[in-house]
Amino acid sequence: MSEAVSISDEVLELTADGPRLIGARCEDCGNYVFPAQSGCSRCTGSRMQRVVLGTQGTLWAWTIQGFPPKSPPYLGDTARETFKPYGVGYVTIPGELKVEGRLTEADPKRLKEGMRMRLVTVPLRKDDNGRDIVTFAFEPVEGESP
Amino acid sequence: MTDVAIVGIGMHPFGRHEGVSGMEQGAIAVRRACEDAGITWKDIQFAFGGSREAGDPDRMVSMLGLTGIQFINVSNGCATGGSALFSAFNAIRSGAFDIGIAIGFDKHPRGAFTPRTQTGTGVDWYGSSGLALTTQFFGMKINHYMQQYGISHRSLARVAAKAFRNGANNPMAWRRNALSEDEILQSQMLSYPLTQYMFCNPGEGGVALVMCRADIAHKYSSRPIFLRTSVVRSRRFGSFEVTAPHLALEHGDGPTIDASKAAFEQAGVGPQDIDVAQLQDTESGAEIMHMAENGFCEHGEQEHMLARGDTEIGGRLPVNTDGGCLANGEPIGASGLRQVYENVLQLRGAAGVRQVPNDPKVAYTHVYGAPGISGVTILSR
Repeated sequence: MSEAVSISDEVLELTADGPRLIGARCEDCGNYVFPAQSGCSRCTGSRMQRVVLGTQGTLWAWTIQGFPPKSPPYLGDTARETFKPYGVGYVTIPGELKVEGRLTEADPKRLKEGMRMRLVTVPLRKDDNGRDIVTFAFEPVEGESP
Repeated sequence: MTDVAIVGIGMHPFGRHEGVSGMEQGAIAVRRACEDAGITWKDIQFAFGGSREAGDPDRMVSMLGLTGIQFINVSNGCATGGSALFSAFNAIRSGAFDIGIAIGFDKHPRGAFTPRTQTGTGVDWYGSSGLALTTQFFGMKINHYMQQYGISHRSLARVAAKAFRNGANNPMAWRRNALSEDEILQSQMLSYPLTQYMFCNPGEGGVALVMCRADIAHKYSSRPIFLRTSVVRSRRFGSFEVTAPHLALEHGDGPTIDASKAAFEQAGVGPQDIDVAQLQDTESGAEIMHMAENGFCEHGEQEHMLARGDTEIGGRLPVNTDGGCLANGEPIGASGLRQVYENVLQLRGAAGVRQVPNDPKVAYTHVYGAPGISGVTILSR
């Protein structure tokens, strides 16, 4: 497997223990946001602390991206002949927030609200050095069948 | 506070118009609105104009005549028309002006809207990753809603089929061919559960509305229509809106519910008083959800209402009588004003073959746009 590079270190860190999403937590009211931002959307405060978000959760809402997005900005495959639809959904990270991300599953019959998901990465394209530029995605936890 | 009347309406047809700039379409709408009110551009004291991709609206004065008026540009995504109207409404209501105009026009390239996201970081990781498409939000919201409230795929097709039927009777509409529910269901799946014909397309067009103090309205129109209220709301914490990299765990009402409640309260009427409604239908699921969010039914009740034809032109509550965004396309700056244009026609009894037969007295419009803003108006005759 070729070396991987994150789409943005500010939102996605690739660690030896796997991918990690970086958000922020409000020191005043405990609200979580992703990506990190300077102000709190809940209490309007501005004491935000950088945090690593949880990597497991449950699927809250989903759709399937059925056509190639415009490029730019999209870095993945946009050729009509080879484009593969991909899932998009919100995953509830317990006690924190819901994160929007790609899903590794793109079959409507295999997606169901409430199913358990975990954080992984998917390659978008190679960079100039032949490394995979990756973004984050959620994949159904093994043994989970809708 | 002075009451406000709409005394002139003008439109440039929606659709695709090769060789005609978006601003020219706006100028044509302005001239038609002035003609409808029996005035000229020289009589206009102020303008609020909106356009996303067809140039700064105030540049239009070079086409219309350099009279020196204050011309303010407004921009609020798909709710831009609502914001232009809100601004014009309050400019007159405050007593600062007697007569002015709200203008909206646009001209978008083909295909889905290009994501324009600012995520706080330097890199556009959101768009690069294949997220940030507005179509994804609409797919997720209605998919979640269908499972919560038992709305069927057939209902999504019913909404789109109604839009194209109504569009076929609207000479200003872009899509004028009726489509069957099965054709709609079998078209390409763009963002599950929404197919190609369930989505509106970015398009072109222009609309202008001449507004004045209600006490002088009869100088300009034998059939003035009164703008009872115009409300715009942004989102509160916990709501579920377009292009959001995260959502809160707790749920809060969205801007449509807030704007609708405020509008009914300000106008002193309720949903049961509305005779015709134009609701944001970026895709057919949005019309279904917006029926409930605007207070016209309970969540889930839409399934039976659509099967019974309640929202058809001859139904209990006609919705999107001009074909809505689905048949007209969405030139962002003009879209919200198109809804008001249609309601003025309906309240004047001048909507021709698509006139609602219930002798309408009170009419309602609702626009929704990124990043989570809603605009509502209530008109009466």
